[in-house]
Amino acid sequence: MNLVLRIWRQASAEVEGRFEDYPVSGISTDYSFLEVLDRINEDLVSQNQEPVAYEMDCREGICGSCSLMINGTPHGPRPATTTCQLYMRHFHDGQTITVEPWLSRATPVIKDLVVDRSALDRIMQSAGYISVHTGEAPDANTIPVSKSRADKAFVAASCIGCGACIAACPNASAMLFVAAKVTHLSLLPQGEPERSHRVRAMVVAMDREGFGNCSNHYECAKACPKSIPVSLIARLNREFQHAGLLGHEYGGPIHHAAHEE
Amino acid sequence: MIPDAHIPRGDLGDKWDNCLDSLHLLSPANKRNRSVIVVGTGLAGASAAATMSELGYRVDAFTFHDSPRRAHSIAAQGGINASKNYPNDGDSHYRLFIDTIKGGDFRSREANVYRLAQISGNIIDQCVAQGVPFAREYGGYLDNRSFGGALVSRTFYAKGQTGQQLLLGAYGAMNRQIHQGGVRLHTRSEMLELVLKEGRACGIITRNLVTGRIRRHMADAVVLATGGYSNIFHRSTNAFGCNVTAIYRAYKRGALFANPCFTQIHPTCIPVLHEHQSKLTLMSESLRNHGRLWVPKQVDDPREPRNIPEVERDYFLERKYPAYGNLSPRDISSRTVKEVCDEGRGVGAMKHSVYLDFQSAIEEHGLDFIEQRYGNLFDMYRHICNEDPYLRPMKIYPAAHYTMGGLWVDYHLMSNIPGLFVIGEANFSDHGANRLGASALMQGLADGYFILPQTIGHYFAEADAQPLALDDEVFDAAEQDATRRINRLLAVAGGQTVASLHRQLGDIMWHHCGMSRSEQDLCSAIDQIQELRDEFWKSVNVTGTSRDLNQTLEYAGRVADFMEFAELMCRDALAREESCGAHFREEYQNKAEARRDDERFSHVAAWAYRGEALPERFEEKLAFECARLMERDYR
Repeated sequence: MNLVLRIWRQASAEVEGRFEDYPVSGISTDYSFLEVLDRINEDLVSQNQEPVAYEMDCREGICGSCSLMINGTPHGPRPATTTCQLYMRHFHDGQTITVEPWLSRATPVIKDLVVDRSALDRIMQSAGYISVHTGEAPDANTIPVSKSRADKAFVAASCIGCGACIAACPNASAMLFVAAKVTHLSLLPQGEPERSHRVRAMVVAMDREGFGNCSNHYECAKACPKSIPVSLIARLNREFQHAGLLGHEYGGPIHHAAHEE
Repeated sequence: MIPDAHIPRGDLGDKWDNCLDSLHLLSPANKRNRSVIVVGTGLAGASAAATMSELGYRVDAFTFHDSPRRAHSIAAQGGINASKNYPNDGDSHYRLFIDTIKGGDFRSREANVYRLAQISGNIIDQCVAQGVPFAREYGGYLDNRSFGGALVSRTFYAKGQTGQQLLLGAYGAMNRQIHQGGVRLHTRSEMLELVLKEGRACGIITRNLVTGRIRRHMADAVVLATGGYSNIFHRSTNAFGCNVTAIYRAYKRGALFANPCFTQIHPTCIPVLHEHQSKLTLMSESLRNHGRLWVPKQVDDPREPRNIPEVERDYFLERKYPAYGNLSPRDISSRTVKEVCDEGRGVGAMKHSVYLDFQSAIEEHGLDFIEQRYGNLFDMYRHICNEDPYLRPMKIYPAAHYTMGGLWVDYHLMSNIPGLFVIGEANFSDHGANRLGASALMQGLADGYFILPQTIGHYFAEADAQPLALDDEVFDAAEQDATRRINRLLAVAGGQTVASLHRQLGDIMWHHCGMSRSEQDLCSAIDQIQELRDEFWKSVNVTGTSRDLNQTLEYAGRVADFMEFAELMCRDALAREESCGAHFREEYQNKAEARRDDERFSHVAAWAYRGEALPERFEEKLAFECARLMERDYR
């Protein structure tokens, strides 16, 4: 295959970016999308030019590092697929493919296609866990959990934190991301004691980071490489309202930890 | 030489309790005055950082990723072992211990492995309490499966995403401590040097990967939880960032490196389909519970697999190892796959793979059953290979996967450098010459949640806090070393890319120090590595500067360390004149079966860095009081 990749280049957050065209030839349909970027980068280095900065790590669709807006769609054209698992057989010879970073106010560009997704970590740090000290857990089979509940919790827990949902949303909302964690932990009996506090704290943290609100476009679920269902956002809203009705059972302000470099 | 391993007194079953009873304790007030640096935030690092913070220590945690959730623990598919005996099939701590010792081919410490088995159940309790959604039965209780070579069902799992769920549990525990202020998290920070003061570990030098800023960090102890080095083979199942740099830098500062040649090749991975392929994706070993490995009996059989009748298929693992069949251990399975491919009976475009077939399992259990268990793995295979494994058998081949070798540690998980602790895959301790399936997650979490947080207190109680400042000359020197290396990499400006030099190194290692090794191959590899290393420093091209995000520079630094470490790996493989576990020396075999030499090699080999001179090899004798040394026979 012969292709042209039209890639967003931006040296840093402080300077303006621009698109550059990179023709590449002799690509087999068995190449992954990232292997094409590797080829372009090796060529650039051979010509003493700086390669395109982009993020990836596991290349098996689970670490959530890879991103990329490919022809306007997060993770490219194939449903339920991360960019690292996208193969060139899904493109056609001669195609021009536009590659951009995931932009939102809460996830600014660092360089080229690399964005800062630390806002997602800060939301998780606010309350995205069950508070249990090492050593205090009872035997694992003490509390039975119905299989259907455990399976539903697993589906929600399979979020990889890539941020495609935010990139796809016209409001740059992180509600699918937050809903996934809230659902995972609220479905399990172990998550019950902190259920109200958790949802309130996470929603406050989400708002503080500058993410938008959901206005039912459902683009998030369509872009999600792990097929997290959009119905979880309804559950998030329900959990939030429920927590509001119950009041501030934990009391005190929801404070926030510092995040080091 | 090797310091005492501090194996506690008493019977095997009492050793860990005896150790805990004899540890010196710190008062809560004193714990708050002690600080710990944890490098790496995967399963081992995150669980250790969280637990130490819960105990009151001040923790600084470092990851080169943008988030701790990206650590490669996230990709572990199959499961985690624990001797809970929930299925009532006769499991016990002793059986898990024996299986692990035997799986490691009697090259690990009895005391460590028994402790691992004892702790295994606590890990499951902890993870369930954190909300890890393990697979469950309809009655609501936890489900177990048999996994890679085990005759009992003791593996807990969360579909094919067990590592992800366990890591997110540890990440949550650490997040809670970050929120409470006990852990300070430093993301996009790569450790470049270990800093010692009067022989004790007292800090690290990091580079901020976004700003390029070099920073100094000090603490009363340093914990390395930086994972394994399979990427030395270039293509492996590891994530791209996995590297040897942190533990290799520590080795150059005096830490002993144990058994570097013990590297596991995983039998079931997606084979190389084209030259520029960058990744060998693992297909979970659990697939071997229901999939059967075979090749055509006839060389170069052109027929579609479904058109080859049963009698003309060679189910080679079932034939050679009838007791364990398709569940034979990883090293044996990998070598047998290589054997049948070397005989010319490999399948696929490159003739370098074998079939993993689910036809009989689908006929026996039905499509739904297989879909329920392996659905996501089948989808993954279809995504990558563009073939439907429900209709055509998968094609698989072995790939570099896990490294049993790592920094030497004693029973307290402390290296020979006081104050330097090493946990998870980065240490050498519990897997001997070969790791059993579903035991990496177990070891990482045992180290992080239950062992290190206890033993590190003993070190603090014994050693007075040393007054130290960041402007101490030891930090000046270490920072200069780190900066000099970066400048040197940028100054070469040669004609070869880092990736191409890495590929060449990987080729040498895969063919000479991979599944099968010989004196001749290893000697030739050492020569080739030395030449390639010279070539690297003459011709590597690192574009850009050191003052911003520069992924080429990061990669070059890691490959530069691989170039040195590769030689140590080959020297270790050369010195170990026996075949054991994953280490197969062609000269030492009985009819293609590994021949161990307990007389001469029942020991851990630990290497000390000696600058320009050759590294020095030390031995820690392994005593077996409980497990009976026997030939591993899976036939």
